[in-house]
Amino acid sequence: MSVLKDAITPVLGAGAVYDERQYPSSIISCTVPKEKFVETAKAMKKVHALLAAEWASDETPFGRGFGIYACYRWGSEYLIVKTEAPAEDPAFPTLTKKFLPAYRFERQIKSLMGVTPAGHPDSRPWIKFEDWPEEAWPLRKSFDASKAMPRVTGKYNWIRAEGEGVYEIPVGPVHAGIIEPGHFRFQAVGEDIINLEERLGYVHKGIEKKFESLSWQEGSRLAGRVSGDTTAAHSLAYCIALESMTGCSVPERAQWLRALFLEMERIANHLGDIGAVCNDAAFAFMLYQLSRLREIILRINHKLFGHRLMMDRVIPGGVSVDIDAQGVEMILSELKGLLKEFNKLVVIYDENSSLEDRVKDTGILTPDKARELCVVGIVARASGLNLDCRAQNPFPPYDRIGVTVPVLISGDVHARVWVRIEEIRESVRIIHEILKSLPSGAISADAGIPLPDTSGFSAVEGWRGEIVYWLQSGPTGGVNRCMVRDPSGVNWLGLEQAVLGNIVPDFPLCNKSFNQSYSGHDL
Amino acid sequence: MIRILRQIFRTGIVTEPLPLEAEAEIKEAGAKLKDAIRKRFSKSLTIRHVDAGSCNGCELEIHAINNPIYNCERFGIHFTASPRFADMLLVTGPVSRNMEIALRRTYDATPPPKLVVAVGDCGCSGGIFGESYASMGGVDKIITVDAYIHGCPPTPAALLHGILRAVGNR
Ligand code: SF4
Repeated sequence: MSVLKDAITPVLGAGAVYDERQYPSSIISCTVPKEKFVETAKAMKKVHALLAAEWASDETPFGRGFGIYACYRWGSEYLIVKTEAPAEDPAFPTLTKKFLPAYRFERQIKSLMGVTPAGHPDSRPWIKFEDWPEEAWPLRKSFDASKAMPRVTGKYNWIRAEGEGVYEIPVGPVHAGIIEPGHFRFQAVGEDIINLEERLGYVHKGIEKKFESLSWQEGSRLAGRVSGDTTAAHSLAYCIALESMTGCSVPERAQWLRALFLEMERIANHLGDIGAVCNDAAFAFMLYQLSRLREIILRINHKLFGHRLMMDRVIPGGVSVDIDAQGVEMILSELKGLLKEFNKLVVIYDENSSLEDRVKDTGILTPDKARELCVVGIVARASGLNLDCRAQNPFPPYDRIGVTVPVLISGDVHARVWVRIEEIRESVRIIHEILKSLPSGAISADAGIPLPDTSGFSAVEGWRGEIVYWLQSGPTGGVNRCMVRDPSGVNWLGLEQAVLGNIVPDFPLCNKSFNQSYSGHDL
Repeated sequence: MIRILRQIFRTGIVTEPLPLEAEAEIKEAGAKLKDAIRKRFSKSLTIRHVDAGSCNGCELEIHAINNPIYNCERFGIHFTASPRFADMLLVTGPVSRNMEIALRRTYDATPPPKLVVAVGDCGCSGGIFGESYASMGGVDKIITVDAYIHGCPPTPAALLHGILRAVGNR
């Protein structure tokens, strides 16, 4: 039984075309005529599916036009709906009226691929800045990515609030702290934020285009640098998509080690985030204590696996490093100490009333809004959505070990902190389970090369949330397209909503509690 | 409150001396640094970090040099919010086309002697992102660089060492 397939079949009718070249085969993919693109979205909305991603691919090398893909998620199911636009008339009907996250996905499609979402309410470019030449669509095959682009003059039209006492605060791209660049514009009355508009794209490095010039093998290195804090999860998502296309079966031990890396990454980042949130509420004690614990994880990584952040430790076909009995012992004993310290700090966090005053009821993203915006990961779980790919799409060992997913409904800064706290404890437990029954055997297999004109999909739960990759091989077997959807691709919209009605000085706190990646978003 | 104080005392001072291999050089650089910092920067070196397009991996390690274990403040190194107060710019990432202007403006806003340190393989040469329509390559393609810190990302020890070296160079 498949809820999504059942929902879509009546729309498609008898002439439905299912794509047999989409891997893994559990992912249903179908092609619909343009007129039915919105109708399918309507059917998806009806069964409360979420829009996971929307992207376009230049398929002129196959003698086709542009492919526009929308990927829906419901529980553990994913369904991809494709429609085609001829190269002479690159347009498709917008999905924004059904799914809010399409708002940015489609602006991005238009800006980088030059395919127009007809009926989209916002014609401004996204990621593409006003000083790019109008006809620069880097994801098109005809675009020469190696050449520098000239700068032209242009203007970005900001949304403006007007009225008595309304003023504007522009922030960034260079921020006050050690963080990534982005621009925020607040419209405020007194201290209250009445609108926040984000402007991202500053760290756009042409990653998706770059994939197309790399070999399948090298791609995992680049994936590991989409967002440095999520290197293991991104590499893994890339590798799983690739392996689904080549039919590579990854040795069991390698899969377990991959899960170990994911959990180490989760603990390290959550520790850093909780500390940073407290620091923004002027409670520096927690930042220092937790960054000390974070350092413990990074040192284990360095000592056992040779890299503090574990870059390039997940490779196509498996992993590049193994662990011995001594290493297992070391992790177990270090984590035991870490957890003890951590629990003490949680009590301090919990009992501190001035901190509570800042984090509770601040930056609320209501469950309704969270669902509308299709947010993922920690942000979703703090706002009542039970979404976690480790529980819903488990790869071994998660299917064996099981994952308890913390879900809170208050949607405030505190909820996002508390989800992280619970997840750290759960990750420690998972790591224990992994190390206790780590299977023996090889740590990698030959990844192989995909057949021409096939595509691979993956969804992996990184520490921020669900990461989606979609790979497509070209007519000669190289990379035709690599679509990357970091959790930040959807969650940034959540921040814009969460800060409304809050006071300006609470913005840093709200922002830290989301802690979305700029690089993962801008690509 | 009692709990907080107890935790603080129990933790004690966790700041570490730098790793042995770096130690000798650092000592020398440290001595020079003290001198240089005293003369030029009135006992403290103030740094403005600029992410010009990094993947944020380098940022994580820059954060780490601020943690109690690496504790860069013991060398008189301090991070500031404004380039106007900065003696040094610590620039990460390949410079993205969309950040080029912001980087130039930050550089212009920094008072002399404005030391510039390029951080990470990306900052040094563009790294895996190289040069393209969206990436301009290493930091020195845009502004004058005084020192380079390699690594992807450089370790906290390498960062500290590189910063000290940059000051010693001038
Ligand atoms: S050097 Fe490595 S860690 Fe630093 S920005 Fe480049 S890819 Fe990221």
